[in-house]
Amino acid sequence: MNDILEAAAVTETGYDPSIKMSGRDVCVFYGDKQALFDVNLDITTNQVTALIGPSGCGKSTFLRCLNRMNDTISICRVTGNISLDGEDIYDPSIDVVELRARVGMVFQKPNPFPKSIFENVAYGPRIHGLARDKTDLEEIVANSLERAGLFAEVKDRLDEPGTGLSGGQQQRLCIARAIAVNPEVILMDEPCSALDPIATAKVEELIDELREKFTIVIVTHSMQQAARVSQRTAFFHLGILVEEGPTDHIFTNPVDRRTQDYITGRFG
Amino acid sequence: MTDAAMETAKPVATRPARTDFGLKKRYRVERRFRIYGVVAIALGLFFLVALISSIVLQGISAFRQANVEIDVLLDKAIIAPNGAVNTDALMTGNVFRYDDVIRNAFAAQLGIAKDDKGTARTAYNLVSKGARIQLRAMLAANPDLVGTRQKVSFLLDSNVDAFLKGHIDADIPESRRPIKDRDIAWIKQLEDSGALSMKFNTGLFTFGASSRPETAGVGVAVIGSLYMMAIVLALALPIGVAASIYLEEFAPQNRLTDLIEVNINNLAAVPSIVFGILGLAVFINFAGLPRSASLVGGLVLTLMTLPTIIIATRAALKGVPPSIREAALGVGASKMQAIFHHVLPLATPGILTGTIIGLAQALGETAPLLMIGMVAFVADYPVTPNDPATALPVQIYMWAGQAERAFVERTSAAIIILLAFLAIMNITAVFLRKRFERRW
Repeated sequence: MNDILEAAAVTETGYDPSIKMSGRDVCVFYGDKQALFDVNLDITTNQVTALIGPSGCGKSTFLRCLNRMNDTISICRVTGNISLDGEDIYDPSIDVVELRARVGMVFQKPNPFPKSIFENVAYGPRIHGLARDKTDLEEIVANSLERAGLFAEVKDRLDEPGTGLSGGQQQRLCIARAIAVNPEVILMDEPCSALDPIATAKVEELIDELREKFTIVIVTHSMQQAARVSQRTAFFHLGILVEEGPTDHIFTNPVDRRTQDYITGRFG
Repeated sequence: MTDAAMETAKPVATRPARTDFGLKKRYRVERRFRIYGVVAIALGLFFLVALISSIVLQGISAFRQANVEIDVLLDKAIIAPNGAVNTDALMTGNVFRYDDVIRNAFAAQLGIAKDDKGTARTAYNLVSKGARIQLRAMLAANPDLVGTRQKVSFLLDSNVDAFLKGHIDADIPESRRPIKDRDIAWIKQLEDSGALSMKFNTGLFTFGASSRPETAGVGVAVIGSLYMMAIVLALALPIGVAASIYLEEFAPQNRLTDLIEVNINNLAAVPSIVFGILGLAVFINFAGLPRSASLVGGLVLTLMTLPTIIIATRAALKGVPPSIREAALGVGASKMQAIFHHVLPLATPGILTGTIIGLAQALGETAPLLMIGMVAFVADYPVTPNDPATALPVQIYMWAGQAERAFVERTSAAIIILLAFLAIMNITAVFLRKRFERRW
C-alpha cells in the first residue's frame, strides 16, 4: 500500500500531502436530474471535514462519490475530477475495490452483518488478506474494537451476533469494521442520526480520537455536531457548495447569506 | 371564535356538538369483513377436512392385506424335476410347477382330499396368482430350502381381501358375488385355524405395476419420482439461482432484461402439458433420449420448475436490505464477494422455500409425464434414470382407471402416500426456513 502512495507522490506533479482528497468541478446526475453542480472541495489530511446543509442538498451524494459508492446506482453519472493523494479515483486504472479499502465508510443506519461481532470486524481484513494467521486476525479485531471504544463492552461476547448490540454499540461496531481494514479516509454518512444523545457523545468522542490516524469526512444534520467534531466545514445548498472553510470561521463569521441563514436556523 | 366567547360568558356551557366521523359505519364494515374472512376460512377448512377424511377412509384399508400362512412341502420332484437345484434352474423353466407345490399345501391345509384335483383348484383361486412368483423368488434366493417343509405366508386374492375387509356383501345372491358360499366356508375354516391374518401391506410400497391388485404397489412410481426430484433439484436449483443472481445483481437494466423478466413470469403460468409437448419434441424426438424414462421426466419437470425457483430467488434477493450490500462494498468487498458472502446467505431461507415449493409442484405433476410416455406398465424397478419408470401421480391416474374394488382403495392409498411426501417436503421447507432465518 505504501509503495503505491510513494509512487503516486513521486509521479504526480503538484501533489500536496496536506490535501488527502479533492474534488474539482464535480457534477452528479441521477438520470436527467442534476444533483451536484461543479463542486470544488479539498479534504484536509488528518482532519475532520463536516458536510452540512438541508435535506436533499447533495452532501451525501458528494460523500458517496468519494469512495465511488454511487457506482452501485446504475442511473448515477459523475463528471469532474475527484482525487485521492493526487490520483484520479474515477480513472479506469483505479480498482474500485482497492479504493474502498482505502476509503472506508460508515453508514447512517448501523448495518452490522448478521454475523458474530468478531466476524463483523474480521471480514474486511480477511477478504483483503491483511492477517497472516488466526492470532494476527484476532489481534486486528481486538485492536479495531479497542480503537472504536467497544472492546471493553464486548470482549466477553465476541461470538454473539453483532445485531444483538444496542444502536450505539452497533454503530461503533461498524466503525471498528471500517478501521479494521486500515483505510486512509473514513466517510461517515450521518453516523449519529439513529442514536440517542449518550451514544452520540461516545461516537463524537471517538471521531475526535480517530482523527489522529485517519482523515474523516462526516455528513451531519446537526450543526452542533459539526461545530463539536470538525475542523473544517462545507455548506451545501441545492446541489451547490455554498461555502467552505475552517469550522469556527463558518459558524462565527459566514461569508454567504445562505450559510448564515442556515446556521442560525432560518431554513433547513 | 364567537362560540368560545359565548361559552365563557355563560356559566352553564353546553358541550360543543361532536363531529360525526361515521365511526359506527366503519366498525360495521370492519366486522362484516371479519365475518367474510372467518366464513372463507371455515369453508376452506371444511373442504380440506372432507377431502382428507374421504381419502383416508377409502384408502386406509389398503394398508392391510390378507395373508395365509401354510405349511408347504417344497417337493424336490416337482420343483426340480431334472435334479438341478440352483438359482438358475429354479428361475427358469415352467413357473406353474410352483403353483402345484402351493396348491397341494393349500389343499392339505383345508383338508381337501389329495385326489380331488377339481376342488383343490377351486380352493387355490383364493390364493393370489402372485404366490408362485413369490415362492420362486424365495427358493432362488435360498436353494437349500428345496426338499424341506416350510411355513410360508402367501398373499390372498384381492377378492378374499375385499371380503375380509367387508367390501363384499355376503347377503347378495351367490351368482353375483365373486366370493361363493364355498369360498366363504373355506375362509372361515382358515380363520378358525389361525392360518389367515391381516398384515401390514408392505407390498403396497415395494411392488411395481401389476394387473392383480394384491401384487400392485407404488414401488416403481416412488423410485421414478425420487429420480425425477433428484434431477430437478440438481438442475433447477443451481441454474435457477445462478440465473436469478445474474438478473438481479449483474444484468444491465434495459429492454432485453425487462423482456426476459416478463417471459419468466409468463413461463410460470404456462400449462404444464405444454412443457410435456416440449419435452417430447426436444428430449425424445430431437435428442433421442428414451421414452418413459425418469431422466426425461426430470428434465421436463426442471423446465417447469425453473420459473418458480427464479421468481422465488429474485424475490428473496430483493428482500435482503441494501444496507447489507453497502456494508460489504464499504469495506472493499467486490460485488461477487458481497453477494456470495452476505446477500446469498440471507436470501437462503427464501430460496429454499421457493425451491421446495417448486419441487412439491413437480412431484405432483401428471400431465407432462403423460406426454413423454411415463404412463406405462412398469413392473421392474428402474435401476438408472434411463430405465422406464412411472411417477406417483401417474400411478394414481392409472389406478383410478381400474375397475376392481381393490384398486379403488389402492388409488386412495397412493394419494395418501403422495400427500405424505408433500407434507414432508413442506415441513422441511418450514424447518429450513426457521433454521436459516437471521435477523438484521
